[in-house]
Amino acid sequence: MRTLTYVAALNEALHQAMAEDDSVMVLGENIRNGVRAETRGLDERFAPGRVLDMPISEAAFTGFANGAAMAGLRPVVEFQVASLIFPAFDQIVNQAAKLRLMLGGQGRLPVTFFLMGAGAGGGRAGQHSDNPYPFLMHAGVKTVIPATPEDAKGLLLAAIFEDDPVALVAPANLLGEESEVPEEAYRTPLAHGVRRREGRDVTICAVGHLVPAALAAAERLASAGMEAEVWDPRSLLPFDKAGLAASVAKTGRLVVADDSGRTCGFAAEVSSLMAERCFEFLKAPIKRVTRADVTISYSTPIEAAALPGDEEIEGAVRAVMGHTEPAPGSTPVHG
Amino acid sequence: MSETGDPLEWYRRMQRLRRFEARAAALVESGEIVGAVHEYTGEEAVAVGVCAALREDDIITSTHRGHGHILAKGGEPRRMFAELLGRESGYNRGRGGSMHIADFSRGIYGANGIVGAGAPMACGAAHAFRTRAEDRVAVPFFGDGAMNQGVLLESFNLAVLLSLPVVFVCENNGIAITSSTEEMTPGGVAPRAAGFGLPSRSVDGMDVRAVHEAATTAVRRARAGGGPSFIECRTVRYSVHNIAAGALPRESRSEAFMEAARRRDPIERLAGELDRERGWRQGERTEIDENVEGELDAAVEFARAGRRPDAKTALDFMYAATYPDFPARGWEP
Ligand SMILES: Cc1ncc(C[n+]2csc(CCOP(=O)(O)OP(=O)(O)O)c2C)c(N)n1
Repeated sequence: MRTLTYVAALNEALHQAMAEDDSVMVLGENIRNGVRAETRGLDERFAPGRVLDMPISEAAFTGFANGAAMAGLRPVVEFQVASLIFPAFDQIVNQAAKLRLMLGGQGRLPVTFFLMGAGAGGGRAGQHSDNPYPFLMHAGVKTVIPATPEDAKGLLLAAIFEDDPVALVAPANLLGEESEVPEEAYRTPLAHGVRRREGRDVTICAVGHLVPAALAAAERLASAGMEAEVWDPRSLLPFDKAGLAASVAKTGRLVVADDSGRTCGFAAEVSSLMAERCFEFLKAPIKRVTRADVTISYSTPIEAAALPGDEEIEGAVRAVMGHTEPAPGSTPVHG
Repeated sequence: MSETGDPLEWYRRMQRLRRFEARAAALVESGEIVGAVHEYTGEEAVAVGVCAALREDDIITSTHRGHGHILAKGGEPRRMFAELLGRESGYNRGRGGSMHIADFSRGIYGANGIVGAGAPMACGAAHAFRTRAEDRVAVPFFGDGAMNQGVLLESFNLAVLLSLPVVFVCENNGIAITSSTEEMTPGGVAPRAAGFGLPSRSVDGMDVRAVHEAATTAVRRARAGGGPSFIECRTVRYSVHNIAAGALPRESRSEAFMEAARRRDPIERLAGELDRERGWRQGERTEIDENVEGELDAAVEFARAGRRPDAKTALDFMYAATYPDFPARGWEP
């Protein structure tokens, strides 16, 4: 099979969606003229009204996409950097996410919020390093985060053709990754996680660019005799609860690796879900590996010190593997 | 509601708006409406004048003070009252209430509780019409308060830049809750819009003819591909900002101001003009008014007879495409 980079897979998905359905359109900042690889060639191939360069007006062009969706289009709104959803938050949270229920099921909002270049690393500093998916999930926006080029294409196509708003988060650190991608158009279903590595001792639920990090950690752990299962949810909301629960029931241990804020973050949600569902299978407390609850710094050592990676995942796995249950009747020690 | 240049029909529509609000206020008073209501009373000439220049397939976006726009665009009073009473037979099946009434089949893309939020949506809808080569027009209504919302100003720019078939209608009632427009909007409303390159007019919003004439010109231009424009309608709201059961209405404007405003009443003004121009037949006006009253009484009865949503449906309608165990409940059943 031929290979594509992550960003080329996104580009292919946009081309195929627009070719398949005239109502699909793409809008955002600097997207024409092939400046950005994910939208390359769209303006040459499709009618001008379907590929729109927008002024630096995130709130208005997001509302524009909402209105276009109500009027029957399937807009893909690109945010040049993930943190740029914040200026548009009213239109995402108060409008797109709420309208369907609030209007009693009237209307349809098939809009895709396309968050390019999410996450930290490389000195992007405080305002260009966010992984803002917990905000979106909290607002009830369906949210997916592909970890491979194949899923980038399949999930973008699924997002575009879902009849609800869906946010697709494309991690900056994965855009150059290259692997096999089928040529035909296909949709990767929401609410379906995937096992990236099989293991019997511990489950690592890892998100986005932490999926390859978890796989790297798992390789090292294997040479130390610990077999980690790596589970990639892909779709954060809706979330494949049953899929992860099956893995945790099998391994009895869970580490959640998520590069968003620790407090009320995705890992916090998954941990509490699994504590509720899988308590009787757990041999050790669930551990989270997340960002520190701080603004991301510019300078490399303090940037890196706030961010989770393969070593922190490995450390967390060793900790849950080393955990021994207290003997019956013993008193827990606090300190 | 269909396009019409008939002043008698404007009169009927304005009365429908006013008497609808009187009933809504009574239903707040009696405790049957649980949420807040922002009465449109005093501003009827704006919604009626503008919507009478629109076709049924044109679309509007509305505001927190939306009853007037919805009625003027053809919204059914009975389904509106049913919504206000939280009934399943309401426009939004009781999920939205006063501030969110929508009827997509009549081009009503929703009232909106967030000041200025409807404008970019109207722009997007206008773009959709254009890409399908439909000659439909989008009209966002908003108050003077929205003139200081970034998203509205961004939308002006978008509309001009993309030459969209949009007619922005600002209802300048001089006040936003208690803040004066003059103070909060230096430079004035219409000149601000003109600064974006929008053909911009300011009309007496208590004069339905003036509003209709301005709207007709702007809608015609938009429909013919001439791009967006802006109309400021200078008007007055008669009521306090909003009313809600148990809340104390507060009025920050002077009694003298309110009295002077009522002397400009849009309905009496049109009635007077009709009298001078064509003369009312004996009992003609009463007959129209009573017909409107009868229609609205029946609408309230329809609403009262409706059932409230079943508690089991509290999670319905959040998504078009659902999944197992999604959306999540707040506790295990
Ligand atoms: C963005 C936003 N800010 C504040 C509010 C609270 N609020 C509701 S109505 C209102 C005043 C709006 O004034 P205006 O737009 O002039 O409309 P009017 O009430 O006079 O019809 C305010 C501040 C809101 N709903 N949305």
